Amino acid sequence: MSFLVVDRVSHTYFTEKTAVTALENISLTVEKGEIVSFLGPSGCGKTTLLSIIAALIEPTEGAVFIEGKELDRFRPTAGYMLQQDYLFPWKTIEENILLGLKIMGRLTEETKRRALDLLAYIGLKGVESHYPSQLSGGMRQRAALVRTLATDPKMLLLDEPFSALDQQTKLKLEELVWKTLKEYGKTAVLVTHDIGEAIAMSDRIFLFSAKPGRIMHTFMVPDELRRLSPFAARQHPSFSALFQSIWKELDELETNQ
Amino acid sequence: MNLKQTSERIRSLHQQYIASLKKEKRVIRLFQIVIFIAFFILWEAASRFHWVDPLLFSSPSAIWNLFVEKLGDHSLLTHTFVTLFETILGFIIGTVAGALLGALLWWFPRLSKTLDPYLVVFNAMPKVALGPILIVALGPGFTSIIAMGVIISVIITTIVVYSSFQEVDANYLKVLQTFGATRCQCFKEAVLPSSFPTIISTLKVNVGLSWVGVITGEFLVSKQGLGYLIIYGFQVFNFTLVLMSLLVIALLSTVMYQVVTFIEKKLIKHR
Ligand SMILES: Nc1ncnc2c1ncn2[C@@H]1O[C@H](COP(=O)(O)OP(=O)(O)OP(=O)(O)O)[C@@H](O)[C@H]1O
Ligand SMILES: [Mg+2]
Repeated sequence: MSFLVVDRVSHTYFTEKTAVTALENISLTVEKGEIVSFLGPSGCGKTTLLSIIAALIEPTEGAVFIEGKELDRFRPTAGYMLQQDYLFPWKTIEENILLGLKIMGRLTEETKRRALDLLAYIGLKGVESHYPSQLSGGMRQRAALVRTLATDPKMLLLDEPFSALDQQTKLKLEELVWKTLKEYGKTAVLVTHDIGEAIAMSDRIFLFSAKPGRIMHTFMVPDELRRLSPFAARQHPSFSALFQSIWKELDELETNQ
Repeated sequence: MNLKQTSERIRSLHQQYIASLKKEKRVIRLFQIVIFIAFFILWEAASRFHWVDPLLFSSPSAIWNLFVEKLGDHSLLTHTFVTLFETILGFIIGTVAGALLGALLWWFPRLSKTLDPYLVVFNAMPKVALGPILIVALGPGFTSIIAMGVIISVIITTIVVYSSFQEVDANYLKVLQTFGATRCQCFKEAVLPSSFPTIISTLKVNVGLSWVGVITGEFLVSKQGLGYLIIYGFQVFNFTLVLMSLLVIALLSTVMYQVVTFIEKKLIKHR
């Protein structure tokens, strides 16, 4: 049995005037310890699918199972990092990263120390008592990641975590996040617009088409790239071959619309 | 060597900057004091030389003399305490009840949708017009005066607090929900703290409003308090008494406002 099973999920948003079908008949599985990417044009339902997996919204049809169990809104198994950092401006960084533990009633000396260690590991030692407004965009992004990781979730859902960053910070953070995920053996779903990022970071790539969102294609990242860290993978000869074929597929998608 | 010179230069520039800030502050303070003193001197002179009618506008010296006299026989202190007590109580009850009502409306969305038109009507109504009814219902004592202070501020507080609760960025709630937070936890961690700035600004407005309510109440009840002194002074045509009471009120409401500002600084640290 796979770690994450998404079984024939469809979702339609209803408003007074319209009914927008964001996802149609999505089925996929993710194995334990795997990093997969959702790649696709804007508006194809990537955030919607993550929200469903995180049990924030209930799909109009279909079901999601994690380790064989159906989702429970009050017992989250996935840590979800939103498209922006959304650190609470009135809390210090320390209070922010301990928020999840506090909500779940799991704040002890030990979990607290773990979270602070993680903050140091990710290169943010010494900002514990700062407020988010005193940090740069990249630092805030990292703090938000620590907040998500601090509760030690079985799975991570990352919604375009690097999209608002400059190229250099982005490459560094990719490296850091990848290493952290691999070191702790986490299962993760990464949403991105960036083909290169999807190849460098993940083991498998799901290509989505828009209106309504469907899975068009699944790309397996070759073994030699999977083993390499994102930065090294980008230098590897097979990187550009895969890049080309994904690019072609995306291009066809757009011309067909 | 060069580096050291640069850093020293920056240090001295910084000190110059701080000194210029301080100087600017002192100049402003000086102007404020000058205006204050000039106002009273001008008032005194205008009244002495009959540029204005001294019977109507009194004079600072006459007010001061009356002030000292009334302090001596303890009557002023009693009146001031009564009014201050009523205002603070009216302010606290109005603000707390308004905030609680706002929270209640946030908690039960159906309730807020149902009550919406009634809130609008009640808010638009001039609350002091309810004074006579309050006095008959609660008796001509400090209960009805405090009630005046409360009703004048409670509805506007409810409306403002409720709308600020609603305006909290849904994504903060989403973050909390990813951790499985309950509605109560969402309120405590995101809704309430993100509304602190709004709550503080309603506190500031309510300082003024509760004074209005209490003074009007004392006009109507006419037993004791600074509002009573004003009405009494008006009836016996003693405008020195009216103006003295006004100055005491101005002083006290300023102090209350400063206290709120102090609370604001304590509460909102991240700015
Ligand atoms: N709350 C909502 N109410 C109504 N429609 C919505 C809502 N959220 C999303 N949609 C619609 O659902 C579709 C998918 O949105 P979603 O946010 O999942 O896209 P996305 O793939 O994450 O896009 P992006 O890459 O721009 O973040 C869009 O057409 C959008 O207009
Ligand atoms: Mg999105």
